[in-house]
Formats: sequence, C-alpha cells, structure tokens
Amino acid sequence: MKIRILKALLKKEVMLMKRNPIIPKIILVMPLMVMLVIPLVANLDVKNVKVVVVDNDRSQLSRRMIANLNAAAAITVNAYSDTHEDALAKVEHGDADVILNIPYDYSKRVALGGTSVSVEANGVNATKGLLGAQYVSQSVLMTLQQWQVENGITVKPAEISVVNRYNPTLNFKNYMIPALMVVLLIIICGFLPALNLVSEKESGTIEAMNVTPVDKLTFVLSKLIPFWVVSILVVTVGMVVGWLVYGLAPEGNIGVIYLATILFSLVMSGLGVTIANQSATMLQSIFVMFAFIMIFQLMSGLFTPINSMPQWAQVITYFIPPRYFIEIMRAVYLKGASIRELWLQFSALAVFAVVLIVISAKSYSKRG
Amino acid sequence: MKENDNVISVKGLTKRFGDFTAVDNISFDVKRGEIFGFLGANGAGKTTAMRMLCGLSYPTSGDGYVAGCDINRQADEIKRHIGYMSQKFSLYGNLSLEENLKLFATIYGMTDEEIKASSKKLFEELEMDSMRDTLVKDIPVGWKQKLAFATATIHRPEVVFLDEPTGGVDPATRRKFWELIYKAASEGMTIFVTTHYLDEAEYCNRVSIMVDGKISALASPEVLKEKYHVETMDEVFRIVAKDAIRGE
Repeated sequence: MKIRILKALLKKEVMLMKRNPIIPKIILVMPLMVMLVIPLVANLDVKNVKVVVVDNDRSQLSRRMIANLNAAAAITVNAYSDTHEDALAKVEHGDADVILNIPYDYSKRVALGGTSVSVEANGVNATKGLLGAQYVSQSVLMTLQQWQVENGITVKPAEISVVNRYNPTLNFKNYMIPALMVVLLIIICGFLPALNLVSEKESGTIEAMNVTPVDKLTFVLSKLIPFWVVSILVVTVGMVVGWLVYGLAPEGNIGVIYLATILFSLVMSGLGVTIANQSATMLQSIFVMFAFIMIFQLMSGLFTPINSMPQWAQVITYFIPPRYFIEIMRAVYLKGASIRELWLQFSALAVFAVVLIVISAKSYSKRG
Repeated sequence: MKENDNVISVKGLTKRFGDFTAVDNISFDVKRGEIFGFLGANGAGKTTAMRMLCGLSYPTSGDGYVAGCDINRQADEIKRHIGYMSQKFSLYGNLSLEENLKLFATIYGMTDEEIKASSKKLFEELEMDSMRDTLVKDIPVGWKQKLAFATATIHRPEVVFLDEPTGGVDPATRRKFWELIYKAASEGMTIFVTTHYLDEAEYCNRVSIMVDGKISALASPEVLKEKYHVETMDEVFRIVAKDAIRGE
C-alpha cells in the first residue's frame, strides 16, 4: 500500500463528493431535519390521556379526586357516565382512553379498608393505555393519601417508589436524541459508500481503476476514510441541535463520542462497500442495505430495550454492531461514562471495524 | 520471456460463460513496437479477449504472456506495464482534465515532477492546454477520447490496449487520433487496437480477424488483400466474416 496513491485517491473522493449536486446537501440537511423534527413527533411520552369517570359515590372525596385528576398534566377528564356500560361505549368510540370507576359509598367505606376504585384502560394503543392507567392511579392515590391525612385515618396503602436515574423526568427526548444520531450514521455511512461504489461500476470508471496496479486495500480505504469526516459532521450537527433546541448536552467527554463515531463509520462504510462489491446495480445494493438497516434499527436496542427481547434474540444482538455504538452514545450522553468504563463496547466496535475492512477489501475483485 | 521480441504471446486462450464460448482457443503473437489491429464483428469476442490480456478477466483455459508476465498468475504485475482504454469512456466526469490525468499518473507511480512535465507536453500535443481545468463531462466526445488515450499512455507503458477508441468520433478527429497512435508507436509502445472501421485496419502493421470467437485470418493488410484478391480491407473482412453466426 502506498500512502501517495491513497492520498491521491482520497483527494479524488473528496473532490467528487464536493462536486456532487446532492450529496453535500444530504450530509448537512438530513441530520438537521431529523434532529429538529423527529424528537418532537416520534415521542413515547403520553399526553392528553382522556378519562371518563363513573362516579357512583358523589361525595366530597370523589369530587376532589376528579378535580385533582383534571388538574394533573397530561390528563383530562372529558366525560362522566352513570353506568359502566356507557363508559365502555365511550372508550369504544374513542372518546376516552381510561375509565375511572368510583364505587357506591366509597368515601364511607374507604376508612374501613376493603374497597377500592378501579381503573380500566384501552389496551389497543398499548403504550398510551399502560401509561395512562398509571398516571390516573398515581393521581388517585395521591388524593387518597391527602384525604386520609386530613381525616386522621391511618390505613396506609402500599406504596412503591420509583425513581428514574440519569433521565430523571423519563424524558423520552433524552433517550431519543443519542439514538437518532445513531440512526443517521447507520443510514448515511451505510448507504453513501455503497451507492458511491456501485455508481463507479455503472459509469465504468471502476474499470479504469481495475486496470491500474492500485491494490485493493488502498482503493477500499479511499472509499471508507472520507466517511470519518462525514460521520463527524453528522454527529456534530446532531449534538449542536440537541443542545440548542432541546437543551441536551453530553454529560461525558465529546472526544469519546467522536472516537466511537469514527469506529462506527468504518463499520458501516465497510459493510456498505462489501455489499456494493457484490452488487451489479444500485437497486441491488439498496435492497440488500435496507435489509441490514431494518435489522440494525429493530434489534440494536434503538427503539426497544434489548432486555425485553427473547433470549435467542438477545444473543443475536451481540453480533449487531450498532448495539455497541448505541450503548456508548447513551452512556456518554446521559451518564457521562468514560472510555475506561466502555472498553468492552469500544473493543467490540474496533473488532467489527477491522473485520469489515478486511472483508470489503477481500470481496473487492479487480478481475471477473 | 521478457527479452523475447513478442510483447504479447497467447496460446489456446479460451473464455466460456456457461455454455457460451466467447473466445475459442485463440493463439497469436504481437511483436514489440507493432500496431496490431484486432478486428471482428460485434460479439466476435474481441473485448473479452482483450480483457483477459489486461488482467481484468480470468481465462477459462490457455496461456499467455503480456510484457513478460503470465496472464493467469501475474495480473497485477501486467497492470504496471500496460495502458488500457475502454470501449466505454471511463474517466471521472466531475474531475477536470488535469485532475484525471494526474490521478492516474500518480497511481502508476509517477513523481510530481514527472507528471508536471509529461502532462504539460501532452496537453500541448493534444491542443487541449486551454481546457485543462474544464470538467471532463463538459467536453465533446472526440476530446474525451483523446484524453482517455493520454491517460492510458502517460506512464509510457510497454503495451497500450485500445478498445474501439474511435467509436462515435467524426472522421477528422479519427484521423487525428490515429496520428496519436502512430506517434505512440514511434516512441516504442506496442499498440493493440480493436476497431470496426476497416479503413483504420489499413493503418495497422498486422491485423487479425475474429469470427465467432476464433481467429480466422492474421497477417499484414497487404498480405491479406493479396490473398483474397481484393483492393481494400473492407472486402477482406466481408469475405472472412461472411459465415459468422454471431453478431447483429
């Protein structure tokens, strides 16, 4: 491998990328759009839970419960029903997500214990149902505690205290922003090198290269290295937007993020080049790349926690490189983890990077 | 082999794609400094044969040496000694003329001073000095072909392979192109050229005519014309290739 040749090839890649009418725009605009829009819309925070109340008690306590419920953020009591059937019908029509059932004589019997309100949720939208029911029962429980204290009743309902560390408000955005940067890198550093190489095949320029004595590794490296710069640009745009727009800055060292980003860009671009080596047309490479990206996004813990996957799927995730990158990004962003704590993830990424560079160089054939 | 006067020497070269035999057991030699015309109808197997000689394609069977290197085992070594101009224009459209030339010259291991000197000379010879900073995609076909030729020869290879270099080019430019070929040959490069234009065949020292993957005739144009008692290479070609099954 000759450094002089690699430098000449890198210069060519950079010039071609700069002169391409759309690639530079994609590299800047795509992260901007994704970071500005997606955290606002792809949000698992549940807002505006609609509650229908079936108040059979009609006491001071039940009225207070309803008032407090209405005052709570994210909950609105938007209907009252006399019967449970009527409330269910409202849920079916989509007018309510959660039913709060207060039994007859509740306020009198609650002092003795042995009676309780019931909360029912519409499980069709699982997240909203689950979280909505939780919000409602929390609010009800709070009202009940206050009321018991005021009236000198000592029956204490069982209490579970949950404190979310590192993302104290369980703000979904904090969880999403590092993940979105990973998604961007998967797409940009995976697709662009693949498309770049296949377009050289389609335009025939690769043949002009194949007939020269350039060695495979040099040529492949010239395709991979420009994506160090691209990936750093993308992550920088992501971090700046995350900080300016959402007020989320990394807790840990930015250098650690950049190092992981470079390693990951090598992994993705190595995969892209390997796929391109095996594809004769753009279409082929795009379809194969899509298959990988689907699996990467769904199985790397980006959107669904790995812990809740079945055991066999958890084993597979160890072979999915973005898994390690996501762990690094979240740990550095939210916990301020250092490189020493993340050595395992870094080594895994480094191994993937080396393996994919070797495979991409080996699978590149100068001769048919 | 290296000191031999034959810069290309091929024996029993064959390439099959499945059931289809594109190149069928061909043997020939090309002498150093010669302009060797490789003629044949479309689909006769010219390009396939040439790609094997350039180390772009594995022969199914047969032996061959190009510039003293074995085409089966030393493909990368061959590539140091040859220049190749593909049938399809294949320089980078979004690089300028000079950037293209410089890129390939660097890959062939030329130093910056060498590149500077030769590219200056080349651009002057090609009368393209004023266009050296123009993007390649913006220049006409004839100029592109001249640039591709310059790129294939800037490192002064032993053999230059030209695959239909004058396809789609007007007669005046074709004429100029052949002047470039002659000049390169006079400087000691061996020229291996395929063409459809039979008037161009007259310019070659020797020609071979491929029909259906086999070489049906191989001699100097004069000898061939005499053999078939005709006046032009065009007529020779018609007689030799009349039984061709493949082609348009």
